[in-house]
Amino acid sequence: MDRKLGKLLKILEEDARYSHSDISSMLGENEEKVSELIKQAEKEKIICGYKAIVDWDKVSDVHVTALIELKVIPQKNLGFEEIAERIMQMDEVESVYLMSGGYDLSVTVKGRSFKEVALFVAKRLAVMDNIESTATHFVLRRYKEIGVKLMECENDDRGPYSF
Amino acid sequence: MNYDEILNSSVVDIKPSGIRKFFDIAEQMENVISLGVGEPDFKTPWHIRQSGIEALEKSKTRYTSNRGLIELRREISNYYKRKYKLKYSSEEEILVTVGGSEAIDLGIRAVIGEGDEVIIPEPSFVCYVPIVKMAGGVPVIINTKAENEFRLTAEELKAAITEKTKMLILPFPNNPTGAIMEKEDLEKIAEVLEGTNIMVLSDEIYAELTYGGKSHTSIAQIGNMKERTILISGFSKTYSMTGWRLGYILSPAPICKQMTKIHQFCIMSSPTVSQYAAVEALKNGDEDITAMRAEYDVRRTYVVNEFRKMGLSVFEPKGAFYVFPCIKSSGLTSDEFCERLLKEKKVAAVPGNAFGECGEGFIRVSYCNSLANLKIALSRIKEFLKENKNG
Repeated sequence: MDRKLGKLLKILEEDARYSHSDISSMLGENEEKVSELIKQAEKEKIICGYKAIVDWDKVSDVHVTALIELKVIPQKNLGFEEIAERIMQMDEVESVYLMSGGYDLSVTVKGRSFKEVALFVAKRLAVMDNIESTATHFVLRRYKEIGVKLMECENDDRGPYSF
Repeated sequence: MNYDEILNSSVVDIKPSGIRKFFDIAEQMENVISLGVGEPDFKTPWHIRQSGIEALEKSKTRYTSNRGLIELRREISNYYKRKYKLKYSSEEEILVTVGGSEAIDLGIRAVIGEGDEVIIPEPSFVCYVPIVKMAGGVPVIINTKAENEFRLTAEELKAAITEKTKMLILPFPNNPTGAIMEKEDLEKIAEVLEGTNIMVLSDEIYAELTYGGKSHTSIAQIGNMKERTILISGFSKTYSMTGWRLGYILSPAPICKQMTKIHQFCIMSSPTVSQYAAVEALKNGDEDITAMRAEYDVRRTYVVNEFRKMGLSVFEPKGAFYVFPCIKSSGLTSDEFCERLLKEKKVAAVPGNAFGECGEGFIRVSYCNSLANLKIALSRIKEFLKENKNG
């Protein structure tokens, strides 16, 4: 990977809202070059989107997230791809990962209540062809999301002692 | 009681550091972003902390050998072999100290006596002059220049040497300027010193924080300089271990022997738990350094370029974690600038003259802070400069 691009991606991953002027200072490149790099990364789907990280718990209590472990019977020639593709079409689904270890697919599902999520699993996921079993784990509290701490952050605890 | 009659005048005469004044004001205020601290914002890497915890759990809380744990001295020796191809005997040439500060004190006290001259390039770390004075020595200041990127030149050195010169302090990578000395610069310095009896106290505490794809060169690597070099480094800046208070000093055996005497009578041995943690740092900490350096590098580039966009003249620092912009265009002195910046914009920086008179007209900005905080601080400085111009 191009070193400049690597640095740029790290900066954007930290905060996608830095202006091109800020990023140009951080990279020591002009703004045109920064715009060009970003455009290219967007075009190549290296940068797949920009979203706010929202702590919904602070604004509403009708928000539930569950991690669902799926055991899947892989299909001949298609492996897990076909079922993963079908699952990721569903609006309730936030993420789909193929996993190593004890189960096959890890699916994050969002809903307004425990019941809604449970019904989604029972009626939409569990009944799909080739699903062997499901295990649903509800998220009780989110401490950190995509590298961002959602709890009170520690303050700078450095005292004025150094020279 | 009249304490003035009792107290040692060479201690009483030492002025408190100019940095303190600003820190005291900053402490009274809320929401100040401090670009004043000379301390990494990263936490000590977890595996290093864990080794400290393990040492406590296993009750490794006795004194260690005066010179430091032999395992640690071996790791320090390996590190210098690995990084600099320098051979230091873990038995006779390495001493583990309470931070780099004790190491500086020992190096100066072991060599400097009444009336000996010590050449100190400034701007530089605030402790050299007072320690030299307390040892009875005479500081001889060289004012390094912005146009030389604050490097020490052979001509400046030559002009400062007298028959009383006993030591040159070489503080690079430099606090507060971020200047470095590259191999070619050091070779010229070495040429001047060869054949003299002048020792070099090379404070290389920021060695691992050298940027731009360059790695640090130690003066001990140049020609025969190792025999006249007292090399100081430590764990505070490199591994973000400031509070562990651990440094070390590498020197020829006869000097190490004398320094060990002072150390054993004043300190006994460096903190044991910290020494165990430091063993882990040297064994498995290379990746931590790489990651922190990469992060510092982005901040460094950001801060330098933003100052330039504001129209301030700033040379590109290639080491440490400071930027040293010139603020003369504001029409303010360093003190006025920092005091007003703090009071009006709640950003703390340190006046350049705290590091020597020739630092007047500059401020020291530490980029040991998150990019997010740096962005806020820089926009406040920008506002401050604008308002000042209009006023």
